[in-house]
Amino acid sequence: MTASSRISPPPKGEDIIAQLKKAGVGIIISVPDIVTSDALLWPISKDPDFQLIRVCKEDEGVSICAALSYSNTRALLLMQQTGLMDSLNAIRAIAMDYHQPVCMMVGLQGKAPDETVLESASYGVRIVPPILDVMALKHVGIDSDADTNKIAPAIDAAYETGDALCFLVGQSPLMAGETA
Amino acid sequence: MIQRDLALTALRPLVGPRDLVVAVYQSCFDWLALCPRDLNYVSTGAMGQASSHALGLALGHPDRQIIVLDGDGSLLMNLGSLVTIANVRPKHFLHIVFENGVYEVNGAHPTPGSGNVDFATMAKAAGYQDAKCYWELDDLEAALPELLATDGPVMAVLKTVPGAAYPRDYKYIHSEEARNNFRAALNSDPA
Repeated sequence: MTASSRISPPPKGEDIIAQLKKAGVGIIISVPDIVTSDALLWPISKDPDFQLIRVCKEDEGVSICAALSYSNTRALLLMQQTGLMDSLNAIRAIAMDYHQPVCMMVGLQGKAPDETVLESASYGVRIVPPILDVMALKHVGIDSDADTNKIAPAIDAAYETGDALCFLVGQSPLMAGETA
Repeated sequence: MIQRDLALTALRPLVGPRDLVVAVYQSCFDWLALCPRDLNYVSTGAMGQASSHALGLALGHPDRQIIVLDGDGSLLMNLGSLVTIANVRPKHFLHIVFENGVYEVNGAHPTPGSGNVDFATMAKAAGYQDAKCYWELDDLEAALPELLATDGPVMAVLKTVPGAAYPRDYKYIHSEEARNNFRAALNSDPA
């Protein structure tokens, strides 16, 4: 099998956004991430169905999401894995120790389309799932078009159980009208 | 300099029944002793996150008065939140910073720049609507009603010395009970 034949069709940004709306997410908190910038963050920034809160550091977003959850206001923290790593103590304390439904979507910058997350040549990428596993933080891979339908049910479940959740976006989503 | 418990005692009668008070570390312990109420938000984790939790509450409840009881050491860990908060511009947001120049609950070691950092100027430079520093209790007492009435975000920096020694009830502030009490109280009157 050639490398190109292993590449799945990337997720579509508009499908991910539709899933977020289906799950009732109305507030997006973000520090920009190059993986999700064009197909997610820019469209979200122009979409009146979302309130976008631009934060200076990702751990702010963990706290904002947790505080919003007290009134069942659904939110998503959109960031890069570097921000996830920088926020681990906030996630540990606020999302995990306090059992709050903090939902995160993380672009895996440095992951090649033809490699799995765990086999990534990037150290910063391949350590992410094991770290989340040690923290007992549920994570869902969004690597291809086929994965996008997992988003809304996973967010629904997070708010029903109070469990934190982390989506790992392994390929830059396609912009509207763009083809793979 | 202002005794922290006297400042909190001055604030207490001005806190409305629907107001949300977000408190951190020693200010939190003092406040819980002086004004126990279910709408005290005390589970802020660590590393200066109180102001960010407060912003989340303000986003969820823009009509409610938010009062943050922050510390200087805590705020130094989350200075970017000043810019984030100012950018959102929550209307009913009073950010009180108790500046004692030390990490009081962690051995009273001095904070970086202790005595030289100007938090009020930082807040205004970040975009807060107003920010003032208070050295005397009388001045604070006179200013509090206006601080609560002014469109936010507004900061009051209190030059503080410890007052009475209130118990440090870490078990409660990190407890599920505290979070459940807050959630129930918040949602019993969601309007």
